[in-house]
Amino acid sequence: MNYNWDWGVLFCTVEDAAAGCSQPFFQWIVSGFGWTIAVAAAAWVIAFSLGSLIGVMRTLENPILRGIGTGYVTIFRNIPLLVQMFLWYFVMPELLPKEAGMWVKRGMPMPEYWTAVFCLGTYTASRVGEQVRAGIQSITQGQRYAAMAIGLRPTQVYRYILLPVGYRIIIPPLTSDFLGIFKNSSLALTIGVLELTAQTRQIEEYTFQGFEAFTAATLLYILVTAIVMAVMRVVESRVAIPGMISLGAK
Amino acid sequence: MTDFDFAIIIKSIPFLLEGMWVSLLLTLLAITGGLILGVLLALCRLAPYTWLSFAAGTYVNFFRSMPLILIIFWFYFLVPFILGRPVGSFYSVLTAFVMFEAAYYCEIIRAGIQSVRTGQVYAGQALGLTYAQNMRFVVLPQAFRAMMPILLTQSIIMFQDTSLVYVVGLRDFLVAADIVANRDNRLMEMYMTVAIVYFALCLVGQLGIHKLQKKFPTGR
Repeated sequence: MNYNWDWGVLFCTVEDAAAGCSQPFFQWIVSGFGWTIAVAAAAWVIAFSLGSLIGVMRTLENPILRGIGTGYVTIFRNIPLLVQMFLWYFVMPELLPKEAGMWVKRGMPMPEYWTAVFCLGTYTASRVGEQVRAGIQSITQGQRYAAMAIGLRPTQVYRYILLPVGYRIIIPPLTSDFLGIFKNSSLALTIGVLELTAQTRQIEEYTFQGFEAFTAATLLYILVTAIVMAVMRVVESRVAIPGMISLGAK
Repeated sequence: MTDFDFAIIIKSIPFLLEGMWVSLLLTLLAITGGLILGVLLALCRLAPYTWLSFAAGTYVNFFRSMPLILIIFWFYFLVPFILGRPVGSFYSVLTAFVMFEAAYYCEIIRAGIQSVRTGQVYAGQALGLTYAQNMRFVVLPQAFRAMMPILLTQSIIMFQDTSLVYVVGLRDFLVAADIVANRDNRLMEMYMTVAIVYFALCLVGQLGIHKLQKKFPTGR
């Protein structure tokens, strides 16, 4: 089968029909990449903070809080992310009180972006929660008792003893969760966020040069993954606690 | 919530079941293909030849650093291009899932094989077993037990991931519900049904894995 390779379309910076550029495709890719980063970064803030809360709740002795944590993880892990995306975007505004629903649909700035961020954040929080719980539970009970013995309150035990140690142990799985958010941000295209994958799909529709566009996206995804992995490896070795083995990336 | 319409759900059950059948078939075929390719890749990664393990490692890292949606798009265009004729989205998507899933299975299987203590391998060698016999009777049965729960969990995740075929419009469970939802403007009912059904199926799967783990402890 014949395929006319034309890498030139990827470098169209201006509309120039003579050069075969019907649209500024280069800017499309750049802006798509920007949106991908913007979705992933904002979602990670939610995932990390909410996930830490959930993880801590699951290690508490209070059965109600522990139950809430377990329930959260069970629900968010067992519904496909895409379905969750649709629920937040199409169903949730209908379930809210009328004014709030109207605001979400009409008044909220960038509804697709914030819905995608919220959805990815809450979804990944369930995964981060599991990691945080595993991290805390891998710390020997002696540390907890020692902290209690010197008179720390429960919040202080977590704040000064369990969390600082736990986070350092789970750096590798947290890294893969972050990369998961980065890759899953491509699902935002289903509700209309023009992130990297959506832009390359659009370039394919305009030019029929799909393979070039997909190659560009692939390289960008691989580049970011490689950078994040390299940086986190350095971070991990810098903050490693002597004598403790990290949980290791799968 | 006042006008929640159950009738539309009941009426569209046959249509939704057709979609579910596509989802399940895709999952089963992708698990089978992914496992076969995954075992081969894992054996390559653990092979004593540097070039072979490097090639397998590159494959795994490549597929693991790409979003599944992008891979689906790739194969959606690539498979008909390579074969030189249209094959229908099901086979393109199936290829994408097999290739993608193999990368994840490979890592699980590799970790499972490596978790078998070296003493076991030496003991097998001391008994005079060949490499193949050692793998077949000593290493793999133990490795299989260790990795079974993770393999099954990964398969449940994959079942959820099959909903991503939405982006190429293959009529799976979600797309079938989506069609009804948009036709009758019943988004809330249909999407909630989809969420509940997926939730129930995945939860049952998860509980099954728990039971299995209790029945076959790894003994470590």
